[in-house]
Amino acid sequence: MTSTTTAAPRAPGSDRLRDVSLAQRFLGRPAAGALIIVVFVWLIFFSISVTQRGLDAPFLSLAGTLNYLDVAAQVGIIATAVALLMIAGEFDLSIGSMVGFAGIIMGIGITIWNLPVWLSIVMAMALATFLGAVNGFIVVRTGLPSFIVTLATLFIIRGASSVLTSTVSPITYIPVDPTKIASDPLGSLFAWNLPIQLGGGATTSIQVSIFFWVLIAVIGVYILGRTRFGNWIAGVGGSGAAARNLGVPVARVKIALFALTGFSAAVLAAIQTTRFTSADILRGTGYELDAITTAVIGGSLLTGGYGSVAGTALGALALGMARQGIVFADINADWYKIAIGTLLLVAVVLNSWIRRKFAGLT
Amino acid sequence: MDATPAVDALMDQTPAIAPMDVAPLLEARDISKYFGAVVALEGVSLLVRAGQVTCLLGDNGAGKSTLIKTLSGVYRPDKGTLAVDGQPVEFGSPRDALDAGIATVYQDLSVMPLMSITRNFFLGNEPTVGVGPFKRFDIPKAAGIAREEMKRIGIDVRDTDQAVGTLSGGERQTLAIARAEYFGARVLILDEPTSALGVKQSAIVLRHIVAARNRGLGVIFITHNVSHALPIGDTFTILSRGKTGGQFKRGEVDDTQLHSQMGGGDELHELTRELEALARAERRPPAPAQAPAASHPPTPGPDQPASH
Repeated sequence: MTSTTTAAPRAPGSDRLRDVSLAQRFLGRPAAGALIIVVFVWLIFFSISVTQRGLDAPFLSLAGTLNYLDVAAQVGIIATAVALLMIAGEFDLSIGSMVGFAGIIMGIGITIWNLPVWLSIVMAMALATFLGAVNGFIVVRTGLPSFIVTLATLFIIRGASSVLTSTVSPITYIPVDPTKIASDPLGSLFAWNLPIQLGGGATTSIQVSIFFWVLIAVIGVYILGRTRFGNWIAGVGGSGAAARNLGVPVARVKIALFALTGFSAAVLAAIQTTRFTSADILRGTGYELDAITTAVIGGSLLTGGYGSVAGTALGALALGMARQGIVFADINADWYKIAIGTLLLVAVVLNSWIRRKFAGLT
Repeated sequence: MDATPAVDALMDQTPAIAPMDVAPLLEARDISKYFGAVVALEGVSLLVRAGQVTCLLGDNGAGKSTLIKTLSGVYRPDKGTLAVDGQPVEFGSPRDALDAGIATVYQDLSVMPLMSITRNFFLGNEPTVGVGPFKRFDIPKAAGIAREEMKRIGIDVRDTDQAVGTLSGGERQTLAIARAEYFGARVLILDEPTSALGVKQSAIVLRHIVAARNRGLGVIFITHNVSHALPIGDTFTILSRGKTGGQFKRGEVDDTQLHSQMGGGDELHELTRELEALARAERRPPAPAQAPAASHPPTPGPDQPASH
């Protein structure tokens, strides 16, 4: 007879539970692995930088830090939505093509149709959100794996960007007038950065992407951890059938998350289009895999039902550090892919080990 | 194993509600359900009263799952009626059934192993605080209730933040049952709650089923395990090939009768004869083996008593 079946009063502490230390409680969180990965990546590039140039190395400077934070932010903005979607048990492979498409819509609106910048951005955001919802609707209605459905829409959306662009432009990108962006409220918001004076007259700046990333991550953490909807996300990913039996509107949750993913792609597109003053059909290529990699490093399971938004933010940070760290260290940029692949493998092994060992889960 | 005496003692307690003089909590009358040309159910009737355990027995493919899904609002019956408290009802969705106080706990589809006890307990019914966009899941309140309810059903958890995956199979089923009860279920439909469990774990669940009955709930206990049904059932309904194969009261029936009624009886006899013939054949060395079942290792019947 196990202690759990007796109704009699128990001595303090069931024999089935151990006292756990604070460290163990920390390691039981889904984001624990990602934090270890971030520290690990930072230490690697710290050592490389110090050996190369001592403490003045660009990787360790404020400008260098802000630089890799910007790279992390761009991945992090879409990865937050992708992580929530993955926790709900679905994928979105079309998000990269959606970044390109939303940019093209902004470009067409601003340059070809001569619409105000803000209206073009709002239009692109609405369209991307709608297309995200369509992804979700197809997945929910057909019951097909979202991997296949969004692989199909990846091609369709990427193709639609090319077709649209070719009807209005002889080249594969649409330039956008910087003065229009600067004079527009929404345009100047997305192109904004906060200048910082460094010693000796040098300046650097905090890109607006970093603020958006932090804002979106904080909202994501709040939604997943502190709202009913967040509980539904994890429940839907854990088991759609069981969640439905408990009265959770499974289809609505999934469609909403696909729509959110589309919206996040448009936010990133607005940042890139206004910063680079152009829209390019190839923009966002490969982002879908970056976002999934980030979410997995952050502790999310491919099978759904488990994951962390905070971990995903840390995963984005690790990715940004690795990408720019390699550049700062003057290492051939081809090594970046090898580094990311290795990082992904290490993170998955680490996360699953932590889950077994400290959260008591298989 | 001391499971059965403990359950027997519980069964002797009088339920909180006198069952016979009020309308049944849930009654299904002459239910038929067809899937294209397939007759899943034909004229099946079943009722459960407050403070009773109605056992629904049947072999695989007898139509148990279809009947449960009809009772819980997943399917609409093609013929026949459902009544709650004597009033005819139609369920358009599982939510309708839940609102009528009918909760179904599916064998392996009831809890999310990767979510915490608190989050599982309140999934779909989260208490909230705050207003408008700041309305949020009241986690401290939920954790407090979850801890109380887990204690009430005899599962001592220090931390309801702990993942359900760390609980045993019996505890998970018990959690799902306690959750349904907490959220106002008057009828519990339990789909094979013990079929994936060992003896000790089954005992946990069976004891909890009887406790729920004694608090006045109506329980429909679906199983193909006669030895789990007999000790705790007040009535027994047998489903065989989509039809009602017989209905009995507690004390009117024993396990041999139930087995033969379930349609597994003949097969079990056949299997026994074959195995005996095989054993005899092997004792006589020169005779060539002739039993057709010789290529398969003999396996115990599906209804092998487990807890006696």
